[in-house]
Amino acid sequence: MTADAPTGFRYIGRRRRPKEDRRFVVGAGRYAADVMLPGMLHVALVISPHPAARITRIDATAALKLPGVRAVVAGDELAQATEPVFTGLDLPKMKRYPLAPGVVRYVGEWVAVVVAKTRALAEDAAELVEVEYEPLPHVIDPEAAMAPNAPPVHADHGSNVFYRRRFVWGAVDADFGAAPHTIAYRARWHRSATVPIETFGVLARWNPATQLLDVWASIQMPKFPDNLARALRLPGSAVRVHFDVDVGGSYGVKRGLKHSIVVGYLTRKLGAPVRLIEDRLDNMRGGDAHGPDRIFDVEMAFGDGGLVRAMKMRAIDDVGAYAGRAPLQLGKPVGAIVGPYRIRSVAYEPISVSTNKTPEEAVRGFGQSPTNFAIETGMDLIARKLGVDRVELRRRNLIRKDEFPYTIPSGSTYDSGDYHAVLDKVLVAADWNALMRRRDAARAAGRLAGVGLSCCLEPSGGNAAFEPLLNPKNETTTWMEGCHVKIDLTGAVVAAMGTSSSGQGHETLVSTVVGEMLERDPETIRVVHADSLGALPSNSPVGSRMAIMLGGAAAGAARKVKSQLIAIGAHNLDAAPEACVYADGAVALATDPARRLSWTQLVEIAHRKFHLLPPGMEPGLQATHVWEVPTGGALPTADGRVQMYPCYAFEAHVVYAEVDRVTGQTALRAYFVGHDCGVMINPDIVHGMTYGGIAHGIGAALYERFHYDGNGQLLGGSFMDYLIPSSHEVPDITIVDHCTPSPLTTFGQKGSGEAGYLGAPAAIASAVNDALAPLGLHIASLPMTVAALGDLLATKDRAK
Amino acid sequence: MSQHEIALKINGETCTARVPARLTLVDFLRETLNLTGTHTGCEHGVCGACTVLLDGQPVRSCLIFAVQAAGCEVVTVEGLAPDAVGMSVLQDSFCEEHALQCGFCTPGMLLSAHALLQNNSAPSEEDIREAIGGNLCRCTGYKQIVQAIALAAQRLSVANAPTADLPKRP
Ligand code: FES
Ligand code: FES
Repeated sequence: MTADAPTGFRYIGRRRRPKEDRRFVVGAGRYAADVMLPGMLHVALVISPHPAARITRIDATAALKLPGVRAVVAGDELAQATEPVFTGLDLPKMKRYPLAPGVVRYVGEWVAVVVAKTRALAEDAAELVEVEYEPLPHVIDPEAAMAPNAPPVHADHGSNVFYRRRFVWGAVDADFGAAPHTIAYRARWHRSATVPIETFGVLARWNPATQLLDVWASIQMPKFPDNLARALRLPGSAVRVHFDVDVGGSYGVKRGLKHSIVVGYLTRKLGAPVRLIEDRLDNMRGGDAHGPDRIFDVEMAFGDGGLVRAMKMRAIDDVGAYAGRAPLQLGKPVGAIVGPYRIRSVAYEPISVSTNKTPEEAVRGFGQSPTNFAIETGMDLIARKLGVDRVELRRRNLIRKDEFPYTIPSGSTYDSGDYHAVLDKVLVAADWNALMRRRDAARAAGRLAGVGLSCCLEPSGGNAAFEPLLNPKNETTTWMEGCHVKIDLTGAVVAAMGTSSSGQGHETLVSTVVGEMLERDPETIRVVHADSLGALPSNSPVGSRMAIMLGGAAAGAARKVKSQLIAIGAHNLDAAPEACVYADGAVALATDPARRLSWTQLVEIAHRKFHLLPPGMEPGLQATHVWEVPTGGALPTADGRVQMYPCYAFEAHVVYAEVDRVTGQTALRAYFVGHDCGVMINPDIVHGMTYGGIAHGIGAALYERFHYDGNGQLLGGSFMDYLIPSSHEVPDITIVDHCTPSPLTTFGQKGSGEAGYLGAPAAIASAVNDALAPLGLHIASLPMTVAALGDLLATKDRAK
Repeated sequence: MSQHEIALKINGETCTARVPARLTLVDFLRETLNLTGTHTGCEHGVCGACTVLLDGQPVRSCLIFAVQAAGCEVVTVEGLAPDAVGMSVLQDSFCEEHALQCGFCTPGMLLSAHALLQNNSAPSEEDIREAIGGNLCRCTGYKQIVQAIALAAQRLSVANAPTADLPKRP
């Protein structure tokens, strides 16, 4: 079934004000920094100015003399009292602690923390902490870091390569040998990140009387409470993470485990609540929240008509000084390594390299957007080489509607899609031919104008199959999500989820699907974020999973409650449940609808009238549902084939851009995207995330870069030099929806939290390269900043 | 650290306090007065999350010391609604258009938009983009914000007409 809009739903897919919005517009959101406790102490950081050095002396005497300063803690003390921070790869010799014990490995690494009565005092005192260093050799360039004689970032590990494996899926060599054409190219995705407007913040309070650590954090991290408890050597039951804290944006990076370990330790040591709120410089330099930093070397083999048969891709990822979860971002793209195309064999060689830079963290798409950019760069190059139209080339390569479910060489099966239909729709909406005429007219007037195109997938339903894929010692195949639904004595419905939200509208999601199942107005359904002690298992909103996983969990719990209601009704109507119908919260006899029990009667019976309950039924009306990712649960095969995520959304971008010949500045003048994420639960939310994802992609394509000089200094650290797009840089965007329901999910929904970001950088690069084509120039390196394009254009001027 | 006595009006109410010279207006609002609707995203004057109205003009409260606001009238997001339970037309329009996601930039965005609508009852899309050009939002891509401000302008013009009935989104 393919339709423009879902039918047969009461609430799903309809416009409805998100539940969350009202509290935010009146200033009543409650973010981590808004939680203030009496007697709260504040943390300031002492950081390394060196990219690599041995710490020879720390003297905090002067700092401690300042009135109001409570403590100065350095790496050795903390390392003795805590376990190392979680690592995704099998790297027993790479230890990571929140405060460097002995050796620092990047500029900005935390060396010590100062705790004082106010933040200002703590900062004053931090400047008085004297640290002496003995500089060590460092390495900044990832390819240089791979050389055998490179300065080691972790001497004990023995090499700067954290991970390397060459996967071969299908007859790659034979396909390359048989193909009449090949291309080879390099695509560079420089280091950027999601950089939410709210920095990371955390407040912790240890209560010695109850032996309980309360934590309020702007967190978006799977298994955060467990990881924190383990690092602090506490049982999970002694850590209570308050998931009702509003998170001011994350898109992957809000994983302040090290910050939380620090305040968790300090509050136990000092007996007072302690908070750590990053300032913007802390956030950019030592917040450990940079994104993928990749060098792709790609070869493609294709026929005369441009049909791509095989691909070889080597991806070097510079993960910075420590490996957290970030290196696993090389694994996730395995689940969509051929993009939306019928490429039948692939060799993929992910290489994770450490350098003396800020560590990488998970970023929206978990490595998919850079990979999509690398694939799409090849598609445009092939079109150019063969003289085939870029649209036509994609049409020939796209998987056809009748081929689903479609299994790609790396073992993942794409659930559903109609890529040609979405592409056609967006071409019509954008009026591709008119855009071409506009481009040609601009060129005739002497301007550099280009039209860009990209097609890509958003794997969704976040699973963790990349964990066992890249680390065979990690046998994680479970990545569940849970929800609890109850109806109280007043007849009100309450649903509890077990994670925090960072703008995704989960309360709207849950209330909509529970309302749909129970046929109750979502407006009347309360959704709460249980704290980590009360919550069912959750793996947090990662990997575009919540519409699928939390939506499925909430629907499952509501379905169980509904069957309780039906059982109560049937019992009291002396009928079998199958002989009854449920409508608008009442249960009636199918053959005689006048004989019915209302919602109020059913609720009364469940809560008060045990004598009217069906024998054996539990009193009250409540149910939990915890479910595993559909298609999940299996380990990878020996050759590394695996079902990564279950559902695949598709997007096709069309963009018109002009590049200023003198300054190298790119202006986006028209933007269209065709998007198919199956059934949308709330269209305004899906559209909002897509617009935002495109804006984020515009940043990655044109503006944003964490740039390091050869001495390992981060050039920047403010919004003055790390430029995120404003309302001036983001053009008006038109979204064209299409709906191919997923057969794997409760309502046909797929994920959309990474939408837009996954294809925008590739599309913008395509447009810029189209603009540069008449000059014979090409650039496959992001971001295409004013400086980068200006330099490229200058080479042309010089050549003249 | 020298302390200073200041008196100012915040959201219509007079307030006096003794503050250190180096306390910024945003820290004064948030930490001293517990008006946590005003946020900080950079503390160096670029993101606009800390925007408040100072004598009717949108300013970045991270770049102003509390002592500099002495004698002034400050409006924060908590002071935008007509009463403690309602929403202004602009706030309501933000909900109608889903002009936010995480909500962190929203208070600053609202105050910039509010100031625009005070001076321009029929802003063009360009005017709106210009007015919020100094407010960074990482979530929305701005489209629904622009739509919300345009909707608010339209509603306000209708509300000022004799038979007021708030239009829904076109
Ligand atoms: S916090 Fe004031 S402008 Fe960013
Ligand atoms: S709504 Fe999240 S930053 Fe604007």
